[in-house]
Amino acid sequence: MPTNRFTAALSHVVSDLGKNGIFIALIAVIVFFSITTDGILLRPQNISNLIVQNGYILVLAIGMVFVIVAGHIDLSVGSVAAFIGAVSGVFIRDLGFPWWLAIIGALAVGALVGAWQGFWIAYVGIPAFIVTLAGMLIFRGLALVTLGNANIGSFPEEYRALGNGFLTDVLGEFAVDPLTLAVGAIAIIAIIVQTWRTRRARQSYAQDVEPVFWFVAKILLVIGGLGAFSFALASFKGIPVTLIVLAALVLIYGIIQNRSVFGRHVYAIGGNRHAAELSGIKTRQVDFFLFVNMGVLAALAGLIFTARLNLAGPKAGDGFELEAISAAFIGGAAVQGGIGTIGGAIIGGLIIGVLNNGMSIMGIGIEWQQAVKGLVLLLAVAFDVFNKRRNGGR
Amino acid sequence: MTQNVLEMRSITKTFPGVKALNKVTLEVARGEIHAICGENGAGKSTLMKVLSGVYPHGTYEGEIVFENKTVEFGNLRDSEAEGIVIIHQELALSPYLSIAENIFLNNEVKNPVGLIDWNKTNHEAAKLLARVGLSENPLTRIMDIGVGKQQLVEIAKALSKEVKLLILDEPTAALNDEDSDHLLDLILHLKGQGITSIIISHKLNEIKKIADSVTVIRDGRTIETIAKSDVTEDRIIKDMVGRDLEHRYPDHTPHIGEEVLRVENWTAHHPQDPTRVVVDNVNLHVRAGEIVGIAGLMGAGRTEFAMSLFGRSYGTRITGKVFKNGTEITTRSVAEAIEHGLAYATEDRKHYGLNLIEDIKRNISIAALKKISRFGLVNDNEDFKIANEYRASMNIKAPSVLVPTGKLSGGNQQKVVLSKWINADPDVLILDEPTRGIDVGAKYEIYTIINRLAAQGKAIIVISSELPELIGISDRIYALSEGRITGELPVKEATPEALIKLMTMENAR
Repeated sequence: MPTNRFTAALSHVVSDLGKNGIFIALIAVIVFFSITTDGILLRPQNISNLIVQNGYILVLAIGMVFVIVAGHIDLSVGSVAAFIGAVSGVFIRDLGFPWWLAIIGALAVGALVGAWQGFWIAYVGIPAFIVTLAGMLIFRGLALVTLGNANIGSFPEEYRALGNGFLTDVLGEFAVDPLTLAVGAIAIIAIIVQTWRTRRARQSYAQDVEPVFWFVAKILLVIGGLGAFSFALASFKGIPVTLIVLAALVLIYGIIQNRSVFGRHVYAIGGNRHAAELSGIKTRQVDFFLFVNMGVLAALAGLIFTARLNLAGPKAGDGFELEAISAAFIGGAAVQGGIGTIGGAIIGGLIIGVLNNGMSIMGIGIEWQQAVKGLVLLLAVAFDVFNKRRNGGR
Repeated sequence: MTQNVLEMRSITKTFPGVKALNKVTLEVARGEIHAICGENGAGKSTLMKVLSGVYPHGTYEGEIVFENKTVEFGNLRDSEAEGIVIIHQELALSPYLSIAENIFLNNEVKNPVGLIDWNKTNHEAAKLLARVGLSENPLTRIMDIGVGKQQLVEIAKALSKEVKLLILDEPTAALNDEDSDHLLDLILHLKGQGITSIIISHKLNEIKKIADSVTVIRDGRTIETIAKSDVTEDRIIKDMVGRDLEHRYPDHTPHIGEEVLRVENWTAHHPQDPTRVVVDNVNLHVRAGEIVGIAGLMGAGRTEFAMSLFGRSYGTRITGKVFKNGTEITTRSVAEAIEHGLAYATEDRKHYGLNLIEDIKRNISIAALKKISRFGLVNDNEDFKIANEYRASMNIKAPSVLVPTGKLSGGNQQKVVLSKWINADPDVLILDEPTRGIDVGAKYEIYTIINRLAAQGKAIIVISSELPELIGISDRIYALSEGRITGELPVKEATPEALIKLMTMENAR
């Protein structure tokens, strides 16, 4: 019956909108600040800045969402980022490492830091909150020790590119960079092909798929959004290196989250640790690697931040952990674990980023920015709780 | 003045899309024990929630008359003020507080200044404990007493509220036979003191034992109320499932093959108290196509044996040998146990069996992701297909395999747990209380599944507190007492009396 199909389609759209409430919130925030800043927010330069300024938070959010899904928390990432920034400074200034070795070495130290925390959490059984609270103090202290109470400045250009480099004019000088547009176009095509293939595969296994008009509408939205985004980047300096790093991470961790055995194990542990154990999942091993991974990503965030400022300082990374955790929770992760997605965390991070950026443009002071961000976090989670209750959950 | 203490007239309760109760009528006579039977999802719990004010007046249609006056409860406190107390299946006690504190929780004994009078609290608590026949110090923490005693504390708590009508939702579901008997005796004893009780239960033998009348609910309707003299198990079952159930247990012709699993001298110690032997020198074997029962009282070490065998999930200082198809194997981790073809379906689905926030599909595949993955990546579509096959073959009642398992009924949850383990391709399945907390119809389905697995040549160990069930489905039964195997009976010789004798045998040490 046509009415039935219509209502079915409608309910599909509504449930999708409910699930993507956070995405709608991002759009609302963007629209709000484009109006209040007279369109400055959406200027090409500012869009480019948004990515580069928030890159390290997004990197942390990716790791944090896994940690939270498994039912843990990591309070130490800000301190670890500062420590790794300092270590990379020592590698370059005192040990004379070339830039690439400094980066690899710093990431390896990050892995060691993660292994240290993972050991206490997974194998000794101390709650992550305690271990990483200790880590927050330990690595902040070690950062100061490494720096010897002074800044380390002036890094090689290749290293600095991590934070503020662009792929500019690779194909020659144009007003609108063709490479950026080409990459944007490829990304759009890749997404369309991938969603189409997923849809076909689901159909071939006789699963429900969304109605065609909604499918097309979503694809048009992707084309519009990504198109405008790459055009903005192309009209400024081209593709930021930070964005390339981020895109790679989202791709890799997206696959880990959605398709890998490891990802399934993380969700199973977060949902019911005992049941996961009794299903043969090596929960300790999974916990351990989650923290090693978080250590590496915290190190990467530290490198990006240091590169951006061209300075490794003692105050670096201050409060990063809170922004990363906020991003994950705004993005729908559950405090009890078991629920959360990378997509959500990225959008959550972007909401925080747009709030920071928009309020700065409006000339709102740092004190109010803090308060507003806190309120947004609270409202986002409250909305989530309300939404779940309405859907009959507890 | 009628002799009915409670009349629920034509109660209709609708949830979005579902009519949970349809003109249900319930009449409870003063001073009787009234049993309510029905399959899971029949509407028993909904009816009791309407009665106790959890679903407040106005959210349902119909009329409730209590003590000859129409009552309109807005919440639980309103109904408690009238003397209606409900004790839920999942006990509402705080584990870290003492017995006395729990009894008077939110009903504290205060001195004139408004502070808690601890002496009086503990004294009153002791008196209440004496009334329910529980000899424990009121200062003992709830977590330090067993679930049977906790149940008694719940009743003591109800008594402290001057209860007139006591509602017990499956009170013996988690109790062993001994504790159940004690509890049932207590309910009879309270009846002597003029307290009316409504008892919701799946256990037909205990209903027969204590109920003065039985109301059967099916699909949100009252089927009939049967007086004590007319109560037979067959009649109740017929009312509950809406058809005759000739056999409670499906026919099963065993085709027993070679020995698959042999356990020798298996011993495990308590994890917190390593000097305590919990599983004591257990020897058993099970053959292909054979269903072996393990009978034992709660605390006999049944679950502890199974879990210590399954990847050392329980206990410390575990010793003993395991042979699979004649070759010695080790099962040091759950992964290793699964690798060797063992599977253990837990007695506690919600805490140890399922990820309740995750869907059916992901729960089924979680123990055997290797089967559907390559290079560490899972084939989601294959996952979906397999889950759908299980949904059909195990008759899991859900609109799709993407429904979270937390939303399923107990019987369907159990089918998901079984699917998960069957999907892991085991040779030996250990099923711990496979039918706990699920209704008669679903039980029959579970038995059929167990038989099917045996027919496929799997070796099956069933642990159960319900002796008729063990006798009904097993080929051979071991009895366990205080961690030791005290006997082994072929099913032909296994009578409940013989088993109980073995199960209660004291160890000669």
